[in-house]
Amino acid sequence: MDRDNLPLLRVLEVSRDFDVSRPWLNRLLEGTQRQLLRAVDGVSLAVNRGETLALVGESGCGKSTVARLIVGLHAASQGRIEFDGIDLAAPGAQALRRRMQMIFQDPYASLNPRWRVRDIVAEPIRVLKLAASEHEVAARVAELLRQVGLVAEDGEKYPHEFSGGQRQRISIARALSGNPEFLVCDEPTSALDVSVQAQILNLMTDLQRGLGLTYLFISHNLAVVSHIADRVGVMYLGRLVELANAEDLFVQPLHPYTRMLLDAIPDLEMSGKARTPVAGEVPNPLDPPAGCAFHPRCPHANARCRRERPQVIVQGDAVVACHAVEERRL
Amino acid sequence: MSGPLLEVKDLRVEFPTRRGTLVAVDGASLAIAPGEILGVVGESGAGKSLTGMAIIGLLEPPGRIAAGEIRLAGERIDGLPYEQMRRIRGRRIGAIFQDPLTSLNPLFTVGEQLTETILAHLEVTPAAARTRALALLAEVGIPAPQARIDHYPHQFSGGMRQRVVVALALCAEPRLIIADEPTTALDVSIQAQIIALLRRLAREHGTAVMLITHDMGVIAETADRVAVMYAGRIAEIGPVREVIHAPRHPYTAGLMGSIPKVGRGAGKKRGRLVQIEGAMPRLNAIPPGCAFNPRCPQRFARCAAERPELIAVGTTAAACWLYADGP
Amino acid sequence: MAVAPGWWRRAWDHDLAWSFRHSPVTIVAALLTLACFGAAIFAPWLAPHDPFDLASLNLGDAFAPPAWSAGGQARFPLGTDDQGRDVLSTIMHGARISLGVGLAAVAFSALLGVSLGLLSGYVGGRLDAFIMRVADIQLSFPAILIALLVDGVARVALPRETHDSIAIPVLIFSIGISGWVQYARTVRGSTLVEKNREYVQAARVIGRSRFAIMLHHVLPNVMGPVLVIGTIHVGTAIITEATLSFLGVGLPPTQPSLGTLIRVGNDFLFSGEWWITVFPGLALIVLVLSVNLLGDWLRDALNPKLR
Repeated sequence: MDRDNLPLLRVLEVSRDFDVSRPWLNRLLEGTQRQLLRAVDGVSLAVNRGETLALVGESGCGKSTVARLIVGLHAASQGRIEFDGIDLAAPGAQALRRRMQMIFQDPYASLNPRWRVRDIVAEPIRVLKLAASEHEVAARVAELLRQVGLVAEDGEKYPHEFSGGQRQRISIARALSGNPEFLVCDEPTSALDVSVQAQILNLMTDLQRGLGLTYLFISHNLAVVSHIADRVGVMYLGRLVELANAEDLFVQPLHPYTRMLLDAIPDLEMSGKARTPVAGEVPNPLDPPAGCAFHPRCPHANARCRRERPQVIVQGDAVVACHAVEERRL
Repeated sequence: MSGPLLEVKDLRVEFPTRRGTLVAVDGASLAIAPGEILGVVGESGAGKSLTGMAIIGLLEPPGRIAAGEIRLAGERIDGLPYEQMRRIRGRRIGAIFQDPLTSLNPLFTVGEQLTETILAHLEVTPAAARTRALALLAEVGIPAPQARIDHYPHQFSGGMRQRVVVALALCAEPRLIIADEPTTALDVSIQAQIIALLRRLAREHGTAVMLITHDMGVIAETADRVAVMYAGRIAEIGPVREVIHAPRHPYTAGLMGSIPKVGRGAGKKRGRLVQIEGAMPRLNAIPPGCAFNPRCPQRFARCAAERPELIAVGTTAAACWLYADGP
Repeated sequence: MAVAPGWWRRAWDHDLAWSFRHSPVTIVAALLTLACFGAAIFAPWLAPHDPFDLASLNLGDAFAPPAWSAGGQARFPLGTDDQGRDVLSTIMHGARISLGVGLAAVAFSALLGVSLGLLSGYVGGRLDAFIMRVADIQLSFPAILIALLVDGVARVALPRETHDSIAIPVLIFSIGISGWVQYARTVRGSTLVEKNREYVQAARVIGRSRFAIMLHHVLPNVMGPVLVIGTIHVGTAIITEATLSFLGVGLPPTQPSLGTLIRVGNDFLFSGEWWITVFPGLALIVLVLSVNLLGDWLRDALNPKLR
């Protein structure tokens, strides 16, 4: 089989639990039980070579945890993650991790304040031994800084000498310096001002075209996602509720939660469209509702939704987990 | 009442430091009528929050109002002694800040905080204050206020907490509300709920609202008029529809173009966003003339030499030399 | 946008310098500290006499009062002690030992505490629980008691004839071991914050080892408070050493520190030879006070910068 047609990354039925119990002594004294928080619950998705897959959802929906599971900052409690067809948890698969890098949300926290920019950008080159000499490292760092719109002299400075947007450029340069194929971007523009966000999004688009990168783009901002993504996955309370092509999702959303999210976006065009009032808030993830997690807020919920957890069904190019869609009530 | 409820004229906020005086707000003038929502939008460091802080008299020292005047219902309120200003805050001006957690005291129940604020500003009995507190909680859309009033802030979710903060700001029926990034810490679905609440207050109670935010989408949904700030100055001010659909100032135009929009033709890379090169200047390096001129694609000689004041262009006004000889 | 390179860096340095210049107390403290350090370090060259050169000692010079009082000699500005040693010279040599022991003990404490705190905070789990419980237990003893215990154990365990020659290392060890907890706790706290920051996660994604991350990423970012604690600890360590020596379990009279000098002189206080104990005492106070004032200033000056 042609490897190039395989997805670059596959996430298969992955779950992740966090132990949020009180310390052992408190549990003993207060007579409480161990408590697990299921941050990611049976998520499956695939990212194709050269595309941008975006994951969206409100805070606490588990999208950032998925990102951290993929790059190995957390280990999956269940399920597996395959990169280029190989299970990342398999022995020897550690080498595969070099082919992916991550860009973080907070440009003020993601760069070591005590390091010079040239050392920050050079770290992956040195650790992965991608250059034969220090001279080569310096040349590569200068090239990377130019590639992200900075100048080579910026390498001598410390991170606090840069603005938020410039720091995010440094972050991108560091991610690129290990020559990755796959970049996991966790809310890379949500801490930035909108004009700076435009600069970073344009840069990311250019880099993707120039270097043939594949992106997993995590964001809560649907407008940003609609601009940059080829396909979009929507998460709610740790579960993937819908995954579709961006063109379809923003025009013809299937899942009631996706519809609700799209309805809630402030309308810049001021077309005066009638907005469905959005009810309720995300429930406590420690105590998720039975059946479909969205049913307490869903205008289309019925007895089955309250009882039975919907499985993912294929609907054209999209997948969706909703009884109402399956029963064609929607 | 005729005329604006709040009038700010040539406000100048300075921060004296030992390396010279930083001018954070420079000659800002604006007015808000009763029942009107004025949006103040700008990127970080534009001076929008400091303008709000100056109005409610909560500038952090050494920041100070160096020039200009602030009038509430025709009466000057800048430079009032602390005690007098404290009474105006809460009684006549309500404030809502970004983080609901820091606005509420975690050690007291929501009911205690509300009744205490009511008793401090209105002459009512404690029982009447509690009744009013219940009414306020219902007003801001907290379900079952009877059951919730004796809960502590940590027992509320983020969205509900921000509603409590709004209720707290409404205690004494202020005529003016200053809301500084009230929705920024909230998820989109809750954001929409808080926006609807602010709009209802303005429509039904004739409350004037100054809505400070970096989010043009929130402004578009909420405000009647909008002031766009850049480097401490108002670059453009006018009706929301005008400013968004026909921005006059090149900065506003760039800002609008740089916002990604949801809609048809999503995905498949709809090309590049409009990009304003560079970044907003630091306060210690604001260029002479028009503060935007080094980044402006339409600049000419005069822009670097002379600072433009707001020039009326139709129903809006823009501080830009492009409009010096009439629109 | 003409931002010169290193603008912030220079401003930062500048801030520290500025706050120094605007604190007269700090300037005086710094000058005194400098004087004490200078006098101590260069004692063999600066001191008018060599108090350890037995050949030059003359018992006839014993109990000479300070130069300005009746019977004083210009040769001995601060008088002499019971063996005819010049008090000024013994103070300078004593301060040398006191400072040496104090600084070495602080370095040992800091090294131990920073390493354990870093491990505790970064590795977490059982190791963290173990280290922190040990710290808790040690905190329930006064530092001086721990130093006494260690010193006592060393005296019992080691052969008698080696006592004097290893007195200084034993003292450094016992003072050092009693002070590591504060470093460990502070560093652990900062480490817990730093290890969740995104730059540490970025280093993990790059594939760096735990040890490399602790050493290269976390350590430089937790050292600010350590510097402050260390400065203030120098004063405490010198006092602890003086106390131990005063109690007679520290340094022997053949290697007198300030504490030993005070103890020796104490015997003559009631017979009128006050200068033998008062001047070493004053020297100790000036030294510790000026170091502490410097430490306080450093803490205040660095604080806003260190979040």
